[in-house]
Amino acid sequence: MTRDEIRTAVLHALTSVAPEIDPQRLDPDSVFRQAYDLDSMDVLNFMIALHASLDVDVPESDYVKLASLNSAVDYLAGRLTS
Amino acid sequence: MIAFHMPTLGADMEAGTLVEWLKKPGDVVARGDIIAVVDTEKGAIEIEVFDAGVIDRLLIAPGQKTPVGTILAMIRAPGEPPGVAPEPVAGAPPAVAARARISPAARKAAGQLGVDLDAVEGRGPGGSITVADVERAVSGRRTVLSASDRLAATRAAVGAAMARSKRDVPHVYLSNTVDLTPALTWLRAENARRAVTERLLPAVLFIKAVGRACADVPGVNGFWTDKGFAAGSGVHVGCAIALRGGGLVAPALHDVNTKSLDVIGREFADLVARARAGALRSSEMSDPTITVTNLGELGVESVYAIIYPPQVAIVGIGRIVDRPWVVEGRIEPRSVVTVSVSADHRAVDGRGAGAFLTAVERWLQEPAAL
Repeated sequence: MTRDEIRTAVLHALTSVAPEIDPQRLDPDSVFRQAYDLDSMDVLNFMIALHASLDVDVPESDYVKLASLNSAVDYLAGRLTS
Repeated sequence: MIAFHMPTLGADMEAGTLVEWLKKPGDVVARGDIIAVVDTEKGAIEIEVFDAGVIDRLLIAPGQKTPVGTILAMIRAPGEPPGVAPEPVAGAPPAVAARARISPAARKAAGQLGVDLDAVEGRGPGGSITVADVERAVSGRRTVLSASDRLAATRAAVGAAMARSKRDVPHVYLSNTVDLTPALTWLRAENARRAVTERLLPAVLFIKAVGRACADVPGVNGFWTDKGFAAGSGVHVGCAIALRGGGLVAPALHDVNTKSLDVIGREFADLVARARAGALRSSEMSDPTITVTNLGELGVESVYAIIYPPQVAIVGIGRIVDRPWVVEGRIEPRSVVTVSVSADHRAVDGRGAGAFLTAVERWLQEPAAL
């Protein structure tokens, strides 16, 4: 899976929990939780959506590694190639 | 004949606009069936029926703004013959009798978008109404409230209810800083061995601990009425949920004290999703026996909330923070949270509210027993 495909999956998961986010205008380094006012339920639903689309089960202890779009793509690319 | 009234949907709602009937005269209904959808400042609410029987007459037409308590329909008890000839309802659409089938997704979309399904032309299989039909109807829809009107109306309604509560209810406030380390340690270990779809949030522990404490100290669980305190018929914990774009609802999770953490976790996730999609049910809006508000996510360390009448108590949960803490004579870093309770002093005194708060803390020390 390419980084672009992972990026698309992350954006899809993100907009599924926060439909008001405009992927075109998203700063890839902004921290989701603060930038889009996500609560812990949103974060859990984001992880569930990623699990559904990429079949990656992110352990709770790794949630912090998916704080922004860029860091999430880095983390998932690592998980998917290892 | 049973009169079916517009139910109370919380202290801050005095009227709702009937969006559509889901049943028609002659339909058999069971207790808990959803018979209508009503639009309120807080989104569309699915209205459940409380009695089994057969719909005799529908008395309110879609589009009508209807005060709480108004008779919406007459229901014949099982076996009861039809009463007087059905009275024609002014403006009642004949479409009710020959309703097209509507997909659940279309119904949900219509609720979110405030679309009147009676005005939607169904182009799905067999003339059924699909999401695409609802979306096509948006341009020419009969909107009940625009998003900004809805938000303004919510603010006004919440403001009026809270002002009334502050004016009429003598609040007593108590708080306790609770060592949450054992609970979080347990939760981390539990979540580490669970699939992502089964993981529990700390909020679920708080909700269950409050439910358990309500069973221990029932004097905080119920309503203040003209005749004094009336205990709740179960422990139904209202969960304050912030809506995207603003606004707040506090629907109930039912019978929290008797459900497992897994069940509460699933039901809480479903409740939050439906609250944000505008698909709550009338019973969830009308019957919380106590409310929990969790502002920790906002970085707030403690919250002393205003009681949501006619309930007599509300629990405020703050942010989980690491603090130096004295454990067995030594200073250790611990994760702590400030838990408060605001209680109606007419129903419960400081001693009773304190016993409740202590019970919440005790349950949070024993997460495995929750």
